[in-house]
Amino acid sequence: MTDVNALLADFAEKEASPPVRGYWSSVANRLRYDYVTLFFLAVILLIVLISVFAPLLAPFDPTKSSMAYRMKPVGFRNFVLGTDELGRDMLSRLLWGGRTSLLMGLVPVALATFIGGILGVLAGFLGGWVNTAIMRTMDIFYAFPSVLLAVAISGTLGGGTKNGMVALTLVFIPSLCRVAESATTQVRGLDFVEAARASGASTLSIVQHHILGNVLGPVFIFASSLISVSILLGSGLSFLGLGVEPPTPDWGLMLSTLRSAIYVQPLVCALPGVAIFITSLSFNLVSDGLRQAMDVKA
Amino acid sequence: MWYYAARRVLMSIPIALGVSVICYALVLLAPGDPIQSLLPPDASPEDIVYLKKLYGFDKPIPIQYLLWLQRALSGDLGISLQTNRPVIVEVFSALSNTFVISVGAVLLAFTLAFILGTLAAYHLGKPTDRAVTAAAVVGVSIPNYWLGIVLVIIFAVKLGVLPATGMGSQGSAHFSIFEWAQLKYAVLPILTMALVPLGIIMRTTRSAVAEVLNNDFVQMLRAKGLGPLAILRHAVRNALPQVLTVMGLQLGYLVGGSILVETIFTWPGTGFLMSKAILTRDVPLLQGSILVLAMTFVTINLVVDLLQTAVDPRIKRA
Amino acid sequence: MNATAPASAAITEQIDERDRGGKRQPMLIADKLKKYFPIRSGVLQRQVGEVKAVDEVSFAVLKGETLGIVGESGCGKSTLARLLMHLIPKDSGDLIFDGDPVGGVRGITLRELRRNMQMVFQDSYSSLNPRLPVQDSIAYGPRVHGMDYKDARKLAADLLDKVGLRAAMFGARYPHELSGGQKQRVNIARALALNPRMLILDEAVSALDKSVEAQVLNLLAHLKREFNLTYLFISHDLNVVQYISDRVLVMYLGQVVEIGPVDDIYNAPRHPYSRALLESRLSMDPAQRVIEPPISGDPPNPINPPSGCRFRTRCAFAEDICASSTPLLGAVSTQNHFVACHMASAGSGHSKAGLAH
Repeated sequence: MTDVNALLADFAEKEASPPVRGYWSSVANRLRYDYVTLFFLAVILLIVLISVFAPLLAPFDPTKSSMAYRMKPVGFRNFVLGTDELGRDMLSRLLWGGRTSLLMGLVPVALATFIGGILGVLAGFLGGWVNTAIMRTMDIFYAFPSVLLAVAISGTLGGGTKNGMVALTLVFIPSLCRVAESATTQVRGLDFVEAARASGASTLSIVQHHILGNVLGPVFIFASSLISVSILLGSGLSFLGLGVEPPTPDWGLMLSTLRSAIYVQPLVCALPGVAIFITSLSFNLVSDGLRQAMDVKA
Repeated sequence: MWYYAARRVLMSIPIALGVSVICYALVLLAPGDPIQSLLPPDASPEDIVYLKKLYGFDKPIPIQYLLWLQRALSGDLGISLQTNRPVIVEVFSALSNTFVISVGAVLLAFTLAFILGTLAAYHLGKPTDRAVTAAAVVGVSIPNYWLGIVLVIIFAVKLGVLPATGMGSQGSAHFSIFEWAQLKYAVLPILTMALVPLGIIMRTTRSAVAEVLNNDFVQMLRAKGLGPLAILRHAVRNALPQVLTVMGLQLGYLVGGSILVETIFTWPGTGFLMSKAILTRDVPLLQGSILVLAMTFVTINLVVDLLQTAVDPRIKRA
Repeated sequence: MNATAPASAAITEQIDERDRGGKRQPMLIADKLKKYFPIRSGVLQRQVGEVKAVDEVSFAVLKGETLGIVGESGCGKSTLARLLMHLIPKDSGDLIFDGDPVGGVRGITLRELRRNMQMVFQDSYSSLNPRLPVQDSIAYGPRVHGMDYKDARKLAADLLDKVGLRAAMFGARYPHELSGGQKQRVNIARALALNPRMLILDEAVSALDKSVEAQVLNLLAHLKREFNLTYLFISHDLNVVQYISDRVLVMYLGQVVEIGPVDDIYNAPRHPYSRALLESRLSMDPAQRVIEPPISGDPPNPINPPSGCRFRTRCAFAEDICASSTPLLGAVSTQNHFVACHMASAGSGHSKAGLAH
């Protein structure tokens, strides 16, 4: 009798309790069935791998020019994708060019997430004059369209990859700060934070255990949507001569230098743009998929 | 409402001041001696002394800023190093050209996006919706400076029906959108520029209309037996203010961020002016253009906010 | 527990080693607690007025009893709860916990108060951290007070069992995987984790289904005996308050209008507001239809409460005296029954003063 009861209780327990799953594992589970997102995640992985192994994959030296082989069409001899205005192999340059584009996409967003996130959580949690000081300063940077601010900063600092990254980081900090601030402000007023305070917890402990876990999600989603913007802006800066400096291969810079050749080899001239487009589209779609997967009504 | 409007106007003053501080700080950030960057390389020692005195470079930075602000408010943004003309004249003559293509692009984007977005919302989840959503993602993912090049390749190089660059022989002084001979120069820039706002306005329209269609009052209209067109009319009217707001903001982004498109098409607007200023390291011109563009952006945002207050009956913020 | 008799034999016989002030010392004394919220307006955010949310509220909670607090929404009940927990700073007034002033030089610290007095929040989507398994939410308080992770986990498991949730089954779950009643049990377990002597229950069962509400009320009564607790039970539900309370306090617009033993208040309310509030309950007897609403309209604006007696604008018996002088809480015939009404105080100048009802 007791044995049966014990068995029954054990059975009921297994039946009644669904597999307990943490937030992140349930997000991963949703993503598993989102084939579009998975596909473009694979594309991003591929681009990353290509960029990392560009030195091994590229058939030619991307900076070696040759006056004899200028502006050759796609499929000319060994030049699978043709050559550019200085006779450099397009395929090699495209493979190498992903490096700077990915750096321009990821580094500023990562830096801005870190800085803007900290500022936003501080502003949201402390409130009062700290909030006013931080958020009103952000408002001022918000009063610049992002392209203008990026151009203004890197235009005065001068070109170069490093200055470009500084400019883009400064462009993204205000929006990330806003997202972090509003998420923190929302969470701060909720009952479970009050309960934590009522248990005598310190501010630091509350932020660490109760605020961050609920703020990171929205901040992370927003930051992921900025990667594509950052890639486009970074390439745009290079296109204007404000980002990567020649002869480093970079998709934006290649578009710019090949512009003079559109009457000669239009197809070759359009190739770097295709690369930028695929990369930015992939990041955009993965970010959308992530947003949907993370949108759990708790 | 008037109270809110007055408050909103007052609130933009500190923002405008902050913007001016940043614009001023740009010159200090620039590598090298700020005086050198404000003068042509062949300036005489007397010129340097004169400028030092005029700009108050011997005084502390806050005073320098106030002097600069005072001159800027009276319309003196310095002299362009390249053309020797006042910066303010250069910037404002270019600004109207930027507005021509920005306004054109936003109107084009809005018309297309509103129709497509409404269609998508009505067929939520169906193939139409998916196609529109996909188009919107593509629109915001394409580098528009690349699209500009592709359009040039197609329409100017291959087909030869449209000019690739410039603004025509008439120039900016007598530009008229009613003459094809001149308008055709603006077609490709407008198409290129319309891309990003097209994607964004499409997304906004889709979600706004879909939200209205989901409301209880629309269910009631359905229950009353209204046809799809009549229901859509209600939905569109309720979604319009939100979409118009986004459209207004997009106009601001286009005017402020016109540099890439204008550089491709050598369209003589503010963006092209900035591009030239960067290449020639013409710091006064660069600083002046940034200041004017940022102030324009602030003003457009302000106007959009005020219009929204006037249109949306729910806003009676006291 | 016996469902018909509220736990009125409440003064406990047990000896609690945590006791400091003795059996007769009230667990908690609130003395003239005051909280005004400033209202700011205009471009410069100048203060243009204040909401008198809690205005000079004084009362005592006896050891082992359940004190119910009732009143309309917006009367300051929840603000009072948060003031007692020091979740919002008070403007003035004193708190004395078991004979020790809170925050004074010779008194107990805020941290000690919070160890001894905990709060159960209304069940809502926000009462538990959505990113923490419920056992971690429960274990958080003890860990803050220095317990190591393993012991805190074990304590959380014990408490889950005590509130009727099998720890092995529910401990690792997230709040969105629990029903409202289960979440509320977790909320109670979390409040008990610091082994407090007193619980403030702020609308703790108000959001639950009636059947679940009854289960949780029974659980509360059971826990009270097991852990030797004192309850401050805040609710707008008059029936629930009657069922669980030993004494009842009636609040109106941030002030105490009547306080007394539950049976006295429910059988012979002396304040016109208490009477109206009780009459507004629906009767099960069809012969006792409520035709006229016993009280109508919304409470007046707490920014500019009426002068004198705050209830006079809605009171059927209001006279000139009610506008000119503020009635004070005074004892009425029965012991421990106090009311703030001119009609109850002989010689106040009200025409009905001193008359028996």
